[in-house]
Amino acid sequence: MSCQCSGGCGAAGDSEKFAELDRFITELLSRGEPPERRRGNLIQILHRAQHIFGYLPEEVQKFVAERLDLPRAEIYGVISFYSYFTDQPVGRYKINVCTGTACFVKGAPKVLDEFKRQLNIREGESTPDGKFFLGALRCVGACSLAPVVMVNERVYGNMTADKVAGILAECTD
Amino acid sequence: MDINLTINGQPVSVKAGSTILEAAEKLDIRIPTLCHLKMDCFHVDHRSASCRVCVVEVKGRPNLAPACSTPVAEGMEVKTNSLRAINARRTMLDLLLSDHPKDCLICPKNLHCQLQSLAQELGLHQLLFKGEQSTYNRDLSSNAIARDLDKCIMCRRCETACNTIQTVGVLSAVGRGFQAVVAPAGLKPLAETECVFCGQCVQACPVGALSEIDCKYPVWRALNDPTKTVVVQTAPAVRVAIGECFGMEPGSISTGKLVHALQMLGFDKVFDTDWAADLTIMEETTELIERIKKNEKLPILTSCCPGWVKFLEHQFPDLIYMPSSAKSPQQMFGAIAKSYYAQKIGVEPKDMVVVSVMPCLSKKYEASREEFSHDGVRDVDIVISTRELADMIREAGIRFDQLEDRPYDSPLGESTGAAVIFGATGGVLEAALRTAADWITGEDVKAIDFEAVRGLEGIKEATVKVGDLELRAAVCSGLGNARKLLERIRRGEAHYHAIEIMACPGGCLNGGGQPYHGGDETILAKRLEALYRADRDLPIRKSHENPSIQKIYEEFLGEPGSHAAHKLLHTTYTPRKN
Repeated sequence: MSCQCSGGCGAAGDSEKFAELDRFITELLSRGEPPERRRGNLIQILHRAQHIFGYLPEEVQKFVAERLDLPRAEIYGVISFYSYFTDQPVGRYKINVCTGTACFVKGAPKVLDEFKRQLNIREGESTPDGKFFLGALRCVGACSLAPVVMVNERVYGNMTADKVAGILAECTD
Repeated sequence: MDINLTINGQPVSVKAGSTILEAAEKLDIRIPTLCHLKMDCFHVDHRSASCRVCVVEVKGRPNLAPACSTPVAEGMEVKTNSLRAINARRTMLDLLLSDHPKDCLICPKNLHCQLQSLAQELGLHQLLFKGEQSTYNRDLSSNAIARDLDKCIMCRRCETACNTIQTVGVLSAVGRGFQAVVAPAGLKPLAETECVFCGQCVQACPVGALSEIDCKYPVWRALNDPTKTVVVQTAPAVRVAIGECFGMEPGSISTGKLVHALQMLGFDKVFDTDWAADLTIMEETTELIERIKKNEKLPILTSCCPGWVKFLEHQFPDLIYMPSSAKSPQQMFGAIAKSYYAQKIGVEPKDMVVVSVMPCLSKKYEASREEFSHDGVRDVDIVISTRELADMIREAGIRFDQLEDRPYDSPLGESTGAAVIFGATGGVLEAALRTAADWITGEDVKAIDFEAVRGLEGIKEATVKVGDLELRAAVCSGLGNARKLLERIRRGEAHYHAIEIMACPGGCLNGGGQPYHGGDETILAKRLEALYRADRDLPIRKSHENPSIQKIYEEFLGEPGSHAAHKLLHTTYTPRKN
């Protein structure tokens, strides 16, 4: 299946990605549930789809809707409800600044502002080159290190605005 | 098994599985509702219980219970009007209104809004909560349905209409919390979706969040333009519903008053879509008989309903060869008015304005389809709904209910009983059967009441003996029912010669442009009965016996299915990407 979405879900390798998603859905549905209970698999499928594609473009939403025989609008409704899901491409380096109470009082807003300034994007956006995503989240459970920043799986503690440039420089492909 | 309970101290027995609301109805105790929508005739039971306006007190239960969705239990003691229930109901309404515009005076649903009538019913005259209000851009992208989401109360009745009943699947709740809104996938404007503009969401919406795109003003302008000849056509289902807008009993047949009112508004000629319905039957039945003879492209599907046609183009592009190529009556009328009739009266097509009065919002979309205009001149220029016409009549100060009957103008105003039943599910097929029976047998068949295809049921089947032929036919109304039947056909499990499909449950009498029925199915049953009464009362009840139709074939079109007929009266369909 070739992708026709204007967002451009990566062009090369899309057919393999769809094939992988297709196998996952087929396996889930082969458990013999009655058709009316198939919708129960939706969130699990969206999780896998986002893992495979990095985000949930329109073409992927359509594909899932057709496989589960659900209205397209309903798939979009679910995606829009959960903040974890996104229909926009996300940068490879996912920078999340914790703005939970402890981090907030220890200066997280200044750190977040510095990331915004240096990357020239707003919170929740990705850089046009697809390298960085900038987000804020609430409490990662490392309050003793406040303020905390996560870059993909890695945690940086005792953050200050001065350290932002260094962290960005560490992110090399 | 019956369940015994008391409501406000009165004992009542109801079937197990009934709700508190149903038990209260049996006692004639009114519990206000808002998000609830139940129409047994279409198997609709929308009880999202999201508005909480119907909460009642149940003894022994700590929380108040929503009456619309709480099943009864043996020995239950319900109080609908305790202070706690009343206070809760008022609070709910107050909160709903805190995020709802108060511009009722200029709202398209003014006086037809269920939130407005609830405020009146509960006697709410001051608001305690002043909160933030949602603001969205209005979606006026389509030329059929307007979305004003500032007014949405998240009852989600439109979603049930779109997704469950029609299976079009365009509307869903998007986002969460205060930002939640009902919208198409990707928050796209309606015009960019697979919406078929049936308008069942508009009928379902209790407030002004969904309404029609208003085209009254262009009609007023045309009527007051001395350089234009303005002709109007009225669809079959309009005449049995418009009276409701003027306090007449549902099911009143106001054909003559309708004509009179349109003349008073200043239309140069008042014609009838029923005339074009007879013409449709000539073309469609010719095609049906031809396909049966050749045993190809069966079943033939009707093509009068633009909502259904667009649904097919999106959802069943592989079956696109099945519908009759005959245009809908609205478009046949437009094509003939701007050719045959324009020539007859010596008016240039560009100086003629064809206005349609339709029970339908999808007809607004249909008239704008590319294939229905030539050199920038549309066959049908402006489409207004039954409701919009009622507004115009009121604005002009015409006392509709007091008017004397007047007949349609000639020649595009003469019609038959076969045409008037186009307004009900099953009517188009019955009309075609009446003509097919005569044409196939070569006789004047007397048994022309095909009862098996009448009624509001979603899927009806009939086998009709026509000469030597056992003609197998089916009738569907509501796109969810159409989907079920078409999937069976696609799998080779069902075999018919002819199928009539209408997008709206019950057919055009329940169209998206009809007076709001607010979920009252008795109104629809009365409109249905009125259409068949109108049929019985007409002197001619077969389309091919319409003298004005016979004349246009003699003078202008030749034979049904001729080259000239094909050029003017037939069309093609386009598979659409989803």
